[in-house]
Amino acid sequence: MNGRKQTVLALVIAVTALALPFLAPDYRAQIALLWVMVLFAMTWDILGGQTGYNSFGNVVFFGIGMYASAVVQRDSGLSYFVALFLGMGLGGLIAVAVAAVLGSMVLRMRGHYFAIATLGLGIAAAELAAGWDYIGAGSGMTTPLFPGAPGNQYLFFCYLFFGLSAVVFCLLAWLYRTRFGLALNAIRDNEDKAEAMGLRTGLYKTAAWMIAAFFLGLTGGAVGNLLRFVDPRDTAFAGATYGVWMVLMAILGGKGTLWGPVLGAVIFHVTQELLWTHLLGWQRVALGLIIVAIVVFFPQGLLGWARERWPERFGHKVEAS
Amino acid sequence: MSDQLVVEQATKRFGGVVANDGVSIAVPQGSIVGLIGPNGSGKTTLFNSIVGYHALDAGSIRFEGQEITRLRVPQIARLGLIRTFQQTRIYGKMTCMENMAASDGECGRGLLDLMRPVSAETRDNAEALLEFCGLHSKRHLRAGDLSFGQQKLLEFAMALMAKPSMLLLDEPTAGINPTLINGLIERLKRANQDLGITLLVIEHNMRVIMNLAEHIYCLAHGELLASGTPDEIRNDSRVIDAYLGAH
Amino acid sequence: MADNIQLLIDAPLLIVQLLLDGILIGAIFAVAAYGMALVWGVMNVINIVQGEYVMLGGFIAYQMTLWNLNPFLGVPVAALVLFVLGIGVYYAIIRRVVDKDMFISLLATFGLSILMQQLMNQIWGSQVRTAQSGLSTWFLFDYQVTVSQVKIVAFVGALLIGLLLILFLKRTRLGQAIRATAQNPRAARVLGIDTDRVFAATYGINAALCGAAGAFVVMAYSVHPYTGLPYTVRSFMIVIVAGLGNLPAVILAGLGLGASETMAGFILGVQFQVAFVFCLLVVILVFRNTMLGRKRRYLK
Repeated sequence: MNGRKQTVLALVIAVTALALPFLAPDYRAQIALLWVMVLFAMTWDILGGQTGYNSFGNVVFFGIGMYASAVVQRDSGLSYFVALFLGMGLGGLIAVAVAAVLGSMVLRMRGHYFAIATLGLGIAAAELAAGWDYIGAGSGMTTPLFPGAPGNQYLFFCYLFFGLSAVVFCLLAWLYRTRFGLALNAIRDNEDKAEAMGLRTGLYKTAAWMIAAFFLGLTGGAVGNLLRFVDPRDTAFAGATYGVWMVLMAILGGKGTLWGPVLGAVIFHVTQELLWTHLLGWQRVALGLIIVAIVVFFPQGLLGWARERWPERFGHKVEAS
Repeated sequence: MSDQLVVEQATKRFGGVVANDGVSIAVPQGSIVGLIGPNGSGKTTLFNSIVGYHALDAGSIRFEGQEITRLRVPQIARLGLIRTFQQTRIYGKMTCMENMAASDGECGRGLLDLMRPVSAETRDNAEALLEFCGLHSKRHLRAGDLSFGQQKLLEFAMALMAKPSMLLLDEPTAGINPTLINGLIERLKRANQDLGITLLVIEHNMRVIMNLAEHIYCLAHGELLASGTPDEIRNDSRVIDAYLGAH
Repeated sequence: MADNIQLLIDAPLLIVQLLLDGILIGAIFAVAAYGMALVWGVMNVINIVQGEYVMLGGFIAYQMTLWNLNPFLGVPVAALVLFVLGIGVYYAIIRRVVDKDMFISLLATFGLSILMQQLMNQIWGSQVRTAQSGLSTWFLFDYQVTVSQVKIVAFVGALLIGLLLILFLKRTRLGQAIRATAQNPRAARVLGIDTDRVFAATYGINAALCGAAGAFVVMAYSVHPYTGLPYTVRSFMIVIVAGLGNLPAVILAGLGLGASETMAGFILGVQFQVAFVFCLLVVILVFRNTMLGRKRRYLK
């Protein structure tokens, strides 16, 4: 699909997204969460599908954002929106700094060691947060009440997260066309070769993670207010839920593509909401089954499958000069 | 003609095995030098030492006058010393054009320089080089979908894209259909003559290397066995013995 | 934390207590670790669902107490049930990811881990469970050091299982086939070994090991649907430190890990014990990678 068609599609989706909270006013909370999922998948894919470094620990940045924002809102004494945006910003910045530090330690590992190390980081963060009294330890923290009618609260977050998703999407659409995007893909396809060709692989990997971290931090800073509570294991550093879903959604839609993570997030979220409504207690079991099924039977994801099926549509054709 | 690459007394051990023992070679600017020797003689080890893949245990390596013994792979590559791999490494999921664009020296620069779309100049260079290697019509195909011979050509084109001053080629004709070998040799010669790129080539195919190289080094058991012009090497009894296994 | 260290200095017998407790549980860690090493070495799969197999073994033994049976029976029963389960899981899932990228098998076993956590949660509920073994306690050093007898039994049991495993691998046809496949799968195939069945058997044996270990865990300690992952991580760390083929090293590393974890749990506070395990994982990996980096190689 060429650039123009993609732009049209994006605009159609944008218009739908803007109208959606009014078309389905009872589902505003779920719509807001949908964009959070899209953000999860897109940011994961920067380092995951595009660079080939599959992180299970991106929740660390999300949780950092959530806690930073909650602390700012608790201690600063500022009004709701000022404190919220300040908290989000601070969360994003701290997350970036942490990404730089962690990156210097773990981005030198390859493949599954990196994955396991990040898994460890994600859970370590949860456990450490659960023991730190300043941020509420095991009980977590609460965030302030939204000033305004409850219906408007979710409306606000629908647009906030949609806006953030749109910004990230446009940024990535541009980024993946730069040399930086090419360099990341080169690292993914053959890191030794990339090094042998002179690419500064360490620098680029860290930069990719920092970009993901920034937006995850921003997102986390606001999700804390959406959910009203910050729990170290269940919402902030939720490794076994959000942490895994990030990976799953990107894979489901087709990792390493621009639209894949978005597609995967939408399908995953909708499926999850349906399961929740109909299966209740067993929804997590079903989710586990789905995860295994996708990984085993459909690891190339939707766009990956489409690319195999219709390569010419993706531009992979023999073209005489 | 000064020496562009000087290796002095390179020694490399792996556990108990001495892969290179005091090997010294010199590659003059603009020349084509061959590196031959039976399997296990330490040719690829020497290559890997030169490009920084592992550290030397002893000895020194100088490229264009600069000491590169302690430098890492990406740094050495950015100095203009590019190597190709025996098992052919390319970026499988990217198209040929993308492979070429990623091999542009621009991609080794700082972050801010990288945040720019691929320039028209890069695109033109890429197309020209792909044309040179006979891959132009395949430029939008995924590199991983090419045949082995085509991938080898792509790797060569990528190496040229990086505008190297010197290329280290690890068995460039290995696994290639004999009818295509002449084409590759032609391209190597043109790269050397027209683009002025110095070549250091590991080869097993005697016909190829005798045809191509101006000077040849022969390794055996990790040591430098003989050095000279193709004719001298061809007639050197020690070289013949090494290949035929006489002790 | 400083208070706790002071306590250790003032009452050195406390150190003995902690070390003893640590070593006793360490043997159980070692059993699970060796199972993971087997699967890793033979089919190049890092089995993230390892910890859940341990928990399941524990729940099976627990279930037996609900049926008024002796939980010690749970050791062979859990081993058997888990063996069958392991074979089933192999044929259903693992075998499809064995030849793929290791990340796929990681993600698949992680998915299984989540699945099993939720299944156990649905079946047995999300409380911490233990099984009463009916054994009591020994008191040493004038009542200052307590040794729970069931922990000693668990320790001895773990060592016996290790011994049985070594004998099995050395003396039986299947054991030799497993070792051959671990060293060179292609050669094994050429020599007529059905690697698919060897893989299945290995995976089943691993699950059985975890099941038996779990039965001991529920008697000597406790189980919970969501506390499997720490066991997986412990196994992984032990394998990283000890290497794939080395049972004595695995045992030593297991004991060492048990001891350090128990000490850390005391010094830092028990609420940080799990944090310690995961932080240690990162530290070990970073350290290992740095050491390899000196030689310009990477943990791949």
